Amino acid sequence: MNDKLKVIAGLIVFFAIFSYPFWNNIFNKENPEHKPVLSAEAEKAKECVRSKDYMTKEHMQLLDIWRDKVVRSGERVYKYGNGKEYNMSLSNTCLGCHTSKAEFCDRCHDYASVKPYCWDCHIDPKENK
Amino acid sequence: MNGNYIFSLITVVVLGLLAFFGTTVFGLQYLFGVIVPYACVIWFVFGILKRMLGWANSPVPFRITTTCGQQKSLPWIKQNRIDNPSTGIETIIRMILEIVLFRSLFRNTKSDITASGKVTYIWEKWLWVGALAFHYSFLVVIVRHMRFFTDPVPYLISMLEYFDSLFKIEFVGEVVGTSLQIGLPGFFISGLVLLAAILFLFSRRVLISQVRYISLPADFFPLFLLMGIAGTGIFMRYFSKVDIISIKELTMGLATFCIPDGAVLAGLSSVFYIHLFLVCILLAYFPFSKLMHMGGVFLSPTRNLPNNSRARRHINPWNYPVKVHTYDEYEDEFREKMIEAGLPVEKES
Repeated sequence: MNDKLKVIAGLIVFFAIFSYPFWNNIFNKENPEHKPVLSAEAEKAKECVRSKDYMTKEHMQLLDIWRDKVVRSGERVYKYGNGKEYNMSLSNTCLGCHTSKAEFCDRCHDYASVKPYCWDCHIDPKENK
Repeated sequence: MNGNYIFSLITVVVLGLLAFFGTTVFGLQYLFGVIVPYACVIWFVFGILKRMLGWANSPVPFRITTTCGQQKSLPWIKQNRIDNPSTGIETIIRMILEIVLFRSLFRNTKSDITASGKVTYIWEKWLWVGALAFHYSFLVVIVRHMRFFTDPVPYLISMLEYFDSLFKIEFVGEVVGTSLQIGLPGFFISGLVLLAAILFLFSRRVLISQVRYISLPADFFPLFLLMGIAGTGIFMRYFSKVDIISIKELTMGLATFCIPDGAVLAGLSSVFYIHLFLVCILLAYFPFSKLMHMGGVFLSPTRNLPNNSRARRHINPWNYPVKVHTYDEYEDEFREKMIEAGLPVEKES
């Protein structure tokens, strides 16, 4: 029937939208680096407050607990498995080792389109604001 | 115990276990992470094409519009232009409202017998509400997932994520030594609405006896499948936590046809593979199931035709010429015999 053309037009529109992930990436092929860079300080320390696997997946949760402990109950000391004591502080402890926000935090966050609200309150001293 | 949904539930559980054991025991990450997704996408595309072109080839010679209002008539009778369209543009408006707002579900009624034994029809809106909640949250979830297939992530997608996680819900509690936390990373309202709507649509099919009676495994299977997909997605995001960067390396690899090496594939959690495999099953199942209403809604002849049967004559295009024998011809043939038998004739000779 004469509606066949309309159906084909609709199918073309649908498949154009459906194939978006494929054609979108043809034009911006160059992948910006998305792996975090470990600073010299972090390389030297060798270990974070917890295991790498835990930190990759759960760091946001850890930071949230730190925030609650520090802000609400005034506890500042974090102790975990390895027996060392850490000062629960994003600006001093985390950024003390991972010195560059742009090369550590932002790499993954930008890649995965994650916008944490850490920086609503905290500032990265090296970043010009 | 209803065999229809038990069968569907078992099928989905088995599929999930297949992906789980396939990746954890047999090390088939490449199969479940690369081959199955590509195969299912190709299957989906050709399946959709086959179904849609099959429908497009089916002739619809007559107007079979279902009407829900006054037809176009005399000039002083007010026509219901949307529910009984007579022109192309009115039909397009009707179709848009149907596709975007599900107006025919809005009219859903429920029949009931009152205490006095009378049959009543009650305007039942919950199916409409549930369907709207389900379809729109599913759309938002799908669009949100485009962050795994784009780099850099387009502004529109991050804006959608922003609005989706506008409600800052945070819950911090202690569960057996470990702290349980919901709301971090940012809580997406669409995921919760999606799962809640699926559970509602499922409970409707189980709890209402009339609906249960007409429900088949083909109705329950997609619901369980979507429950599995939404459930594993929510579980990954808020509970088990996954390495999102490695996942994006795989999904970007799939989109750009350069698959990351085996170490990345092997490092991904099995929950992710279950999630991905169930999505692949959904894609593969889609073209051959009731889910094709996605394309079919555009082609429903009871909606997409203007009701102009009285204004215009629609002739079946493959009508063959019918041999006719008119009364005049009949009388010419049998006149003498009719006169002889004393039958009345129109012309005497």
